[in-house]
Amino acid sequence: MPKRTDLHTILILGSGPIVIGQACEFDYSGAQACKALREEAYRVVLVNSNPATIMTDPELADATYIEPLTVESLEAIIAKERPQALLPTVGGQTALNLAVALHEKGILERYGVELIGASAEAVHIAEDRQRFKEKMLEIGLEVAQSGIAHTWQEAQEVVHKTNFPAIIRPSFTLGGEGAGIAYNVEEFRALVEYALDVSPIHQVLIEESVLGWKEFELEIMRDKADNGVIICSIENIDPMGVHTGDSVTVAPALTLTDREYQQLRDMGLKVLRAVGVETGGSNVQFAVNPRDGRVLVIEMNPRVSRSSALASKATGFPIAKIAAKLAVGYTLDELRNDITRETPASFEPTLDYVVVKIPRWTFEKFSAADQTLGTQMKSVGEVMAIGRTFGEAFQKAWRSLEQGRAGWGADGKGQIERELLRERLITPHPDRFFYIRYALQSGMNVDQIVALTKIDPWFIYEFERLVNLEGRIRAFALDTLPPDLLRQAKRAGYSDAQLAYLLRESVEARFPTEMAVRNRRKALGILPTFHCVDTCAAEFPAFTPYLYSSYETEDEANPSDRRKVLILGSGPNRIGQGIEFDYCCCHAVFGLQKLGYETIMVNCNPETVSTDYDTADRLYFEPLTLEDVLNIVDVEQPAGVLVQFGGQTPLKLSRALEAAGVPIWGTSPDAIDLAEDRERFGTLLDELGIPAPEHGSATSWEEAYAVAQQIGYPVVVRPSYVLGGRAMAIVYDNSSLERYMREAVDASPEHPVLIDRFLEDAFEMDVDAISDGQEVVIAGIMEQIELAGVHSGDSACVIPTYMLAEEHLETLREYTVSLARALGVVGLINIQYAMKDNKIYVLEVNPRASRTIPFVSKATGIPWAQIATQVVAGGLSLPEWAATYRAKEYKHQGYHVKEVVLPWSRFAGVDTLLGPEMRSTGEAMGSGLTFGEAFAKAQQGCGLHFPLQGKAFLSVNDNDKGNLIAIARDLAALGFSLLATGGTAMALQAAGLEVTPIYKVKEGRPNAVDYIKNGEVALVVNTPLGKDSFFDEGAIRRATTTYGVPTVTTLSGAAAAVQAIRSMREGGWITQSLQERISQE
Amino acid sequence: MDAILVLEDGRSFRGRSFGALGERLGEVVFNTGMTGYQEVLSDPSYCGQLVVMTAPHIGNTGVNEFDLESPKPQVAGFIVRAHSENYSSWRAKSSLSQLLREHGIVAISEVDTRSLTRHIRAGGAMRGIISTEEDSIERLVQKTLTAPMMEGQDLTKAVTCNQAYPWGEGSNPWRPVTPEGKQNEYPYHVVAYDFGLKRTILRRLVDHGCRVTVVPANTSAQEALDLQPDGIFYSNGPGDPAAATYAAAKLGGLLGKVPIFGICLGHQLMGLAFGGKTFKLPFGHHGVNHPVRYIPTGHVEITSQNHGFAVDPDSLPADVEVTHLNLNDQTIEGLRHRTLPAFCVQYHPEAGPGPHDATYLFGQFVQMMNEERP
Repeated sequence: MPKRTDLHTILILGSGPIVIGQACEFDYSGAQACKALREEAYRVVLVNSNPATIMTDPELADATYIEPLTVESLEAIIAKERPQALLPTVGGQTALNLAVALHEKGILERYGVELIGASAEAVHIAEDRQRFKEKMLEIGLEVAQSGIAHTWQEAQEVVHKTNFPAIIRPSFTLGGEGAGIAYNVEEFRALVEYALDVSPIHQVLIEESVLGWKEFELEIMRDKADNGVIICSIENIDPMGVHTGDSVTVAPALTLTDREYQQLRDMGLKVLRAVGVETGGSNVQFAVNPRDGRVLVIEMNPRVSRSSALASKATGFPIAKIAAKLAVGYTLDELRNDITRETPASFEPTLDYVVVKIPRWTFEKFSAADQTLGTQMKSVGEVMAIGRTFGEAFQKAWRSLEQGRAGWGADGKGQIERELLRERLITPHPDRFFYIRYALQSGMNVDQIVALTKIDPWFIYEFERLVNLEGRIRAFALDTLPPDLLRQAKRAGYSDAQLAYLLRESVEARFPTEMAVRNRRKALGILPTFHCVDTCAAEFPAFTPYLYSSYETEDEANPSDRRKVLILGSGPNRIGQGIEFDYCCCHAVFGLQKLGYETIMVNCNPETVSTDYDTADRLYFEPLTLEDVLNIVDVEQPAGVLVQFGGQTPLKLSRALEAAGVPIWGTSPDAIDLAEDRERFGTLLDELGIPAPEHGSATSWEEAYAVAQQIGYPVVVRPSYVLGGRAMAIVYDNSSLERYMREAVDASPEHPVLIDRFLEDAFEMDVDAISDGQEVVIAGIMEQIELAGVHSGDSACVIPTYMLAEEHLETLREYTVSLARALGVVGLINIQYAMKDNKIYVLEVNPRASRTIPFVSKATGIPWAQIATQVVAGGLSLPEWAATYRAKEYKHQGYHVKEVVLPWSRFAGVDTLLGPEMRSTGEAMGSGLTFGEAFAKAQQGCGLHFPLQGKAFLSVNDNDKGNLIAIARDLAALGFSLLATGGTAMALQAAGLEVTPIYKVKEGRPNAVDYIKNGEVALVVNTPLGKDSFFDEGAIRRATTTYGVPTVTTLSGAAAAVQAIRSMREGGWITQSLQERISQE
Repeated sequence: MDAILVLEDGRSFRGRSFGALGERLGEVVFNTGMTGYQEVLSDPSYCGQLVVMTAPHIGNTGVNEFDLESPKPQVAGFIVRAHSENYSSWRAKSSLSQLLREHGIVAISEVDTRSLTRHIRAGGAMRGIISTEEDSIERLVQKTLTAPMMEGQDLTKAVTCNQAYPWGEGSNPWRPVTPEGKQNEYPYHVVAYDFGLKRTILRRLVDHGCRVTVVPANTSAQEALDLQPDGIFYSNGPGDPAAATYAAAKLGGLLGKVPIFGICLGHQLMGLAFGGKTFKLPFGHHGVNHPVRYIPTGHVEITSQNHGFAVDPDSLPADVEVTHLNLNDQTIEGLRHRTLPAFCVQYHPEAGPGPHDATYLFGQFVQMMNEERP
């Protein structure tokens, strides 16, 4: 059955900003779907508010809308583009929920839009827990004992039957948001009330606990001819009770007999048929009782998911691409397997390797958050590693995580608290696997560990094998280690750095000890071999060079003799380094491909577009460590290696790579170092006559004290070589500084703490530029909407600047040009500036691709990372390109605002105040003819909807009171009635405004929090009162987060909000595709 | 204990022994299934073969009584990347290595099975030897050359049963039922020729309402008919179908008299009896992920496969219809006689190991028996 010819235009929905539970895997799936449908000559219309995606590149769709993912904005786009079909299954839960909303509101029917890939009915059955349960029972499958509740009373009745511990799951939420485990009535009540609240349909499922059962997932595809195939089985090593996104998982399943596996397979296919998934991919989760094999169906997702991205990378089977083709009428047997070329897509991949996924958490940024892992996902990213055995993949995955570990222990790092051993084994926690290791080392046996962790014994036995092997290695030194044992260790996945530690190699300054192991290993001929991910366990030849390393007997890398470049990716997503860098790496690939280079990508993040075997010419799915990168360089012998696109990950390797003789292209590692080294950089700024806040560096509290005395409080403190403001703080006095130096950071002579004077109430600007060492082209100047003190990654920003005078812009340009030249930047450079009292200071220079490059590219319509790559490769003359570009520079009309999303709802108890430590997970972009329109759209893109009317609650610090008056007056003029706490109310009343004073939290009742909780407040403006009144503000901000009241914590943000509200009330917004805008400019 | 695998072309792989000590010759074939090692090694069709599992971890779930496809392991030798002495499964009774040692099966782990598989893919299935005794590659190569080639070998007599016996166990998971005395629930009597029969086939027949009498391979057509069967089943088995001429010849006396269903070797023998020819595939089909199209409906089944030979499509007469096609290499996977009640499939619809997509064929057999009843 060929593709459908009755469809012409197909609408694809993206998943919006990156949030916990919904990350860049949907850029991967959406980009695949766009490519797959355009390949079939359909006209593709794409909507996604997230600019940092490859899918929103103008080349990927015929019409791309970077607009809020709301019913209103989609209706406008549908009315304009008139698609015949909507594919809602590649944009995560966001897209699925939106499609259902469009269907229920009759919009799809009105415009004659057909849902393809999943019907509204199928989505309902899969997502509505009650209907799903009924359906499963109808087809003879077991589900956990459970009941649905819409009220607290109903919940009590249900739990009476299901007993404690009880699992609480809200319907229609993402990544297990609002889910939890209650062991008693008190916990139960709190969880139920919260879950009812976060569920968009106020429905919650209360379920029998199957904690400790084995957990499996199947990735299944089905076509309209009812052909069904299992793409991948995934086993969660962490048993039931930990969200699958927070579980360490392995593919394929390793502890099932064929009989049990086939039972799951039969059930999975039955589930798809019963739910009515007619075409596409779905994920079905099962719990299996380890004592008797009883199987429960836990849930299913009728769409591509994080697991399907993992399954695609784990098997080489592109689920999203095939799902898109099935949605337009193909059957599986009509599609080819890209990798073998000869065989059809209607088969089940078979693996002759093992894949391990480990989540990446960022608890260090949310110190108040509970680190216990449970039914609600908390991780922000993940790594995947491939090895020929479980142990090898497991070790590679740990070193891929970039958390300072050389693998699963054996590196002298990490802290084990002995007294926590039992607790850490029993209660799932990010460090649990290191405690299992410690337990084995300290003589606990496998049975005991299994009893505490409920992890399948097979895995614990494998861990025991690793620990025992280490014991044998420790008996030797590097020069006495028998070659056979060294080979065995490498085959078991140990890194050279781990072996250096186990063999007690002495630390030679500036020479990594792992290099000694490496040299010895190479001398003995113990070299890695590279193998293809080929979907078929070598049964058929593979044509796609998608490779991983192992230590086998035959190398399959088969490098070409083309001129080639290695691009180092950005590793696992984390706060501060996410999809933006993957976007840049992909563009580096595109840029080089256009110049005729062979491109080779190295990365270990399965969620990304960069690890699609379709992106670069060759893909190495490997950890981004010195050892693993050097191994690839040895095999490929690239002409150059690009380190400036993958964020801090490759930059950290650049010096060691250069020292090992690897040709680094672009800005030299020394210049990168210069920009990070405060001493050297300070000298350079002095020479150039560019001001910077007074600063110093310190390796001890005493030194820090001296610096602070000299430059004066407040100061900004942070460790060197970090991204995303990790451990960055604003310190107002000696005691805070002392605490910071003694407790918060590990300062060392190599990594001192940087101390800068904090410029209070300054404006901040971000500049991205490209240089070839001489010529410098400004890509974009962004003005941050929040004032200095909020990390630039957490601040909304706008292009073009809306408050800066031309003379200041000119200064920014001048400084940028002279800094780029002085540093000898070849490629991208990002500079952060602050302006206080009309004077511009340099805060920070990053001679690399920045987080804002995708946003600038989308705002200007220029693929800056690609241009930079071509300049670096010498394939593009920047002066010539600049001449044509400048002719049209600054002609783009309208405003573009980038806003961020913050993960507060995931981390109960964490204060939501913005600060110098970046904590946002993602971003959305809004464009409009006015600043207000762009800002309002960006907010909507992040799920924040300013009210059009109602009561505005204002509470600001003394500094802000003067400037608040104009904002309050505007709000009043827009029809808002004003509430304010004492001091603020007085200031406003004095200015002649009508204000109702209300109590602060400690002043009496009803207080501000009561008003918020009662739903009486539509908008909150609350600026920090200084370091002492955190309690009051914290309570207010927690209440606004819980009750979803739009909150602004800076006055500049409030002023922007006023403009947004005005624009929302006036209407007349534009709905313009990226392609239309670019062609106008 | 060290062990070595040597191929007839001189390629060798060193590893560790995890089975019995000694030396075994055989044809080296690879199986790409990720589950089902216990079923594979006890499948009599692997008689005379050294089986390489491409899945790296083997032994994880130990072994149990129910997952054996015959009373004992049948492979000549077993080759894996990583063997697990420790196992985890609620059904397991012992470790894989214990089972192999008990039955004298040599086995080698720590082998670069991927490289070995690629080698066989490129060079075709070849003879090899696993040894825990001899270290000289040269001498071991010489030994492989003394082994008979798979082509031309009839191995059915080595694996068939000695005497007829009734079978009454179904495949209801882990709760076997016995149909003895339940004539009404098990209304069809099937005589199953054992050329190396797998137990899962028998269980499926029972599941579909059959009482089964398993008979030795040398049972004559008349002896089989004397048992008054409603249908004849021609089983899977090892070796070259063209060499088992006696078995194909016997079909002449059965065709048209009673419905016949054949699987794997049984399919090849029927192809020969229909007048066709068989040929050796370069490295065979051994796995559980092969897509097969059922031509009458166009539906694609994911199938369990284990065969080194296939029926040549050009050799078939006009009264034989090709019903199933392998979508990977377009080889014949199923045949049906246009006028006589006889059909067969090359793959394993009973699974064990493998997917259950093709269970419907047992239903078709039952339907055919029902239609042909007097």
